[in-house]
Amino acid sequence: MDWWDFLLVVIRVVGVFVFLLTTVVFLVWIERKVIADMQNRLGPMRAGPHGVLQTVADGLKLFFKEQITPAKSEFLIYMLAPALSVVTAFLMFLVVPFARPIEFALGGELRTFTFQAMDLNVGVLYVLAISSIAVYAIVLAGWSSGSKYPLLGGVRATAQAISYEAAMGLSLVALIMFIAVQNRGANVMSMAAIVDFQAGTYGATEGIFSFLNPIITRVPKWFILPQVIPFIIFAIAGVAETNRAPFDLVEAEQELVAGFHTEYSGMRFAMFFLAEYVNMFTMSALMVTLFFGGWGGPFLDSIALNVGPWVATLVSFGYFMAKVFVFIFMYIWIRASLPRLRYDQLMELGWKRLIPGALLWLVASSLALAIRQFGLPWT
Amino acid sequence: MGILGDLAKGMSVTWRQMIDTIFRDGMITTEYPKEFREKPERFHGRHVLNRYEDGMEKCIGCELCAGACPARCIYVRGKENPVDAPVSPGERFGFVYEINMLRCIFCALCVEACPTEAITMTHLFEMSTTNRDDAIYTKDELLINEDGSANHMFPDDRLANLPELLKADGWMRATAPQGRVEYEGIPGWTPSAGVGLRPPEIGQSQDAPVVHDPSAPDEEE
Repeated sequence: MDWWDFLLVVIRVVGVFVFLLTTVVFLVWIERKVIADMQNRLGPMRAGPHGVLQTVADGLKLFFKEQITPAKSEFLIYMLAPALSVVTAFLMFLVVPFARPIEFALGGELRTFTFQAMDLNVGVLYVLAISSIAVYAIVLAGWSSGSKYPLLGGVRATAQAISYEAAMGLSLVALIMFIAVQNRGANVMSMAAIVDFQAGTYGATEGIFSFLNPIITRVPKWFILPQVIPFIIFAIAGVAETNRAPFDLVEAEQELVAGFHTEYSGMRFAMFFLAEYVNMFTMSALMVTLFFGGWGGPFLDSIALNVGPWVATLVSFGYFMAKVFVFIFMYIWIRASLPRLRYDQLMELGWKRLIPGALLWLVASSLALAIRQFGLPWT
Repeated sequence: MGILGDLAKGMSVTWRQMIDTIFRDGMITTEYPKEFREKPERFHGRHVLNRYEDGMEKCIGCELCAGACPARCIYVRGKENPVDAPVSPGERFGFVYEINMLRCIFCALCVEACPTEAITMTHLFEMSTTNRDDAIYTKDELLINEDGSANHMFPDDRLANLPELLKADGWMRATAPQGRVEYEGIPGWTPSAGVGLRPPEIGQSQDAPVVHDPSAPDEEE
């Protein structure tokens, strides 16, 4: 670890920060445009061509607005809650690799530059931990506002977090177990390693299914195929975790004015808004990384060999963004289509469907893994 | 399959709408100040005061419009026509004519009450002001010019859509036009007069419009 390494870390962190901020600007615009299309409207059209700068204009407006503080609020917590929400949103993206690592010489040494702010060896656990902390921002904001609707939103956030984080964690347990059995001794919780495991395609099989080999050898080795149930549970829990429709009970406009951020205005509100979209992007990125091969895609190695490693990195970044935006489109599509769940329906889905489903899959998949490894117990 | 089927049904509706909006002609909103949508023919917009083809004002200052107005927003004062330079063909003319657009409910009862079709409505509805006094329209703004162009309080305003001011609204005539017995009971729906006389109604001859000729002796007498 010399000064060059330190510089590279700073570049990575700042780069991720700027990347997320600019993406959010486009994300908000894309969401408004897609929803407008789904409702036969034009959407923002004024600021910039087709309204791309609308988010910038809104952000600037919020920046110059007064920050109103309710008289009955707990000021310190009231002020810190939006910051907590933004910080956790950005922290969560730290472990997501979003392009192919690249090697180059710097300061007389050959270095590997990973497009990932920090590759933690407990990446998956880190994501779960940070996403739990993110809920505190909402709960504290709701409580410290000193007003009844934010309080109701905060109470809903606690209940929602408890019911969905359990399902989310359990779905990832099955996935990690599956990876760990296949790659003994490897660092299976690191996000970069998870992407590497999904590189390449399935090998040719022998036996009765060998006639399918031309197809099988072209299917990428993404974890979505063996682990489709955890993916569905993770996707549903991810929507609930980011408090987006149809699980946006925390800020249900029709019932709670604006829920936990009713009393927030100006930059403090903008922070919650920013955090929501960063979370949405991060959740989509996590789904891509864990189940859809991350930045991996066809021809990357041959491009790196024949055209150049930088081009391969760019192409892999393109793959990553394309995959992420498919999920972001799903988020938006779901928001435009589905009505909000009632409180009891939310609880029922979490406790009676997702958690038992995740547990059942965990048992079934561990049984299958054990049988594959040790054979049937009676043989 | 109940829940999944319902989900697919709901999601397919939004998907279809999106495809309609992007690739087919599904967009129903327009970029309003950039493009104006064609309004219905009988749209009730701002009033104008009309003239005859020879430039005479149609208003005779009878105050029937003010009497018919349910919102009491019209203020009219009549005055004897100057003998050497008459303003209207009648005895009197509308000396003062004011409409308070903050009170007007655009019911067009004034249009129906007017015996000379002097006041009619147009298709302009952009009448927002920053000032209560500007909402009171006087004869200067309401009266059509002799060349047939319309006046606007703020002609340089981006929303001063003068062509819309020349589109007369249509209105239903339940009674016989011009009191002629042949047309009794035949409702005629015509665009009411802008400048000059209104076009012939259903059943009337295109070639020989009924024009009141003051020099000819009246048949009833």
